[in-house]
Amino acid sequence: MDLLVDGFLKAARLLFSLDREVLGITLLSLQVSGTATLISLFLGISCGTAVALTAFPGRNLVVSIINAGMALPPVVVGLFVTVFLWRNGPFGFMELLYTPAAMIIAQAIIATPIVMGITLAAMQSLPSKLRLQIMALGATRMQMLWILMQEARLPLLAAVMAGFGGVISEVGASIMVGGNIKGYSRVLTTATVMETGRGNFDVAIALSIILLFFVFLINLVLTLIQQRERPR
Amino acid sequence: MPMLIVNNLRVERGGIPVLDIPHFDLEEGENLAILGPNGAGKTTFLLTLARLLKYAQGELLFKQQDISLPETAVSYRRRLAVVFQEPLLLNKTVFNNVAAGLKIRGVGRAEIENRVSRYAELVKITHLLNRDACKLSGGEAQRTNLARAFATEPELILLDEPFANLDAPSRDSLIDDLHNILRQTDTTAILATHDRLEALRLADRLAVMDGGKIVQIGDCHEVMNHPVNEVVATFVGMEAVFSGCVQAITDGSFSMSVAGHIIEALGKVCVGEQVICCIRPEHIIISYDHSMADTSVRNNLPSKIVKITPQGPFFKLHLDCGFFLASYVTQQSLENLALREGKDVTVSFKATAVHVIRRGK
Repeated sequence: MDLLVDGFLKAARLLFSLDREVLGITLLSLQVSGTATLISLFLGISCGTAVALTAFPGRNLVVSIINAGMALPPVVVGLFVTVFLWRNGPFGFMELLYTPAAMIIAQAIIATPIVMGITLAAMQSLPSKLRLQIMALGATRMQMLWILMQEARLPLLAAVMAGFGGVISEVGASIMVGGNIKGYSRVLTTATVMETGRGNFDVAIALSIILLFFVFLINLVLTLIQQRERPR
Repeated sequence: MPMLIVNNLRVERGGIPVLDIPHFDLEEGENLAILGPNGAGKTTFLLTLARLLKYAQGELLFKQQDISLPETAVSYRRRLAVVFQEPLLLNKTVFNNVAAGLKIRGVGRAEIENRVSRYAELVKITHLLNRDACKLSGGEAQRTNLARAFATEPELILLDEPFANLDAPSRDSLIDDLHNILRQTDTTAILATHDRLEALRLADRLAVMDGGKIVQIGDCHEVMNHPVNEVVATFVGMEAVFSGCVQAITDGSFSMSVAGHIIEALGKVCVGEQVICCIRPEHIIISYDHSMADTSVRNNLPSKIVKITPQGPFFKLHLDCGFFLASYVTQQSLENLALREGKDVTVSFKATAVHVIRRGK
């Protein structure tokens, strides 16, 4: 019990004293996961919409792959990104392994299928005749896509939450491709793993609280937007 | 020169033809109704006319301009409006829904407000403009849909069973309002429906579709009274329909001349107005008495039995009194009165049995 109380007290001290190292780790976490989420939104929403609105042979297979991708294990992503970025690997010349950029790549790969899958479901749940109606109103293709995205904005916000939630709390891939290098590629999750391993439960608890706080804060903001917009 | 000309139009689904229109044209300012059972191809035809559906072959000319090229599709669609059976409103306020077509066209803000308020007033939804579209009733939503279509001031409006999902009272008032708007704005319209009264109230001309083909097209009177086949007949032939010219008005009732006869009916009309009348066969009485003076029946016309067809428990008499009428009689009446084809009889019906449809001026 002492361990827990001590942990919380030390954590509070670290949080309120704005410890330099903790601050750096937090900022990097937000930066890496935020960037990865943005990339996944761009790829996921565009591809998800395209798959939802077009008919082509093998479409069901593609949809199954996307849905399976939503449960992509981070360590598998970490493994393949490592292999590709390895010194002798196909992209080894870019020297990205053990950098924040490699973490962004891995996290974007994890989040993209999540965003894509939710976008796909959201677009398919719109009435099929709505597309015809929007085109009948004189919309160009781009205008139609924009209006459809606005119509699906609530589930799309869920896609943002799921994507960001998935990557900020992910540890396997980040530790594999980022290397958990102090002051360079150490993020909240990798630091928590390391501190726990070392028996520094106080620091680990402080980092966990920060992680929980940001996950909650971002979801709170998005939820408020979503619920304000909810049709009553 | 017709506004819209269609030649050799064919639409296929999975290699099977679902629409085959050798020729179709529509004059500017005309209101045409397409009648037909479900699956007749009405929606397919309208979607093709709106260039929302790919077609296998055909020529489409709108105001002498070829609109079959893919690059002209968007600019063509901006000249027309389509109203579907479901309102398909956007998850926005009523104002933003009515403005949707205008925003797509890049119309300026002041003009948008101007048009939205004008057309919201025409379809009577001004009080709903700030409400969320998802909170509207079925009738209100369809009114919003109509306002959205008319706000773009289309040259042609295509209406695909716009009243099919509404309850009878909302439907009646909406049909009246649509009729007024069409007259006021002088918009050319095509209305697909399976309700012949709806068609008669709104259209100048009638087309009947079945199996992806137009089986008959002509003015309402012509199609109603001379159906070319059984499908058309079952769709339109159940009632006698004729047009007449109002001669005189007396306390709520009026008299009109129809094919040389004077017929009395009820309704608010103006002298000189052309009206369309329907009488259901069960309201027509057959006798040999030419006066029926001591009854409340106001209309007695000499007539000839053209044809007698059995209809299960009763018989249908096809009557010619200068225009077409039909009556139902029982087997007993048929025998007692010795009714036969070619016989002269008197047909009688009350002024209240005449269903009057006003046609605007």
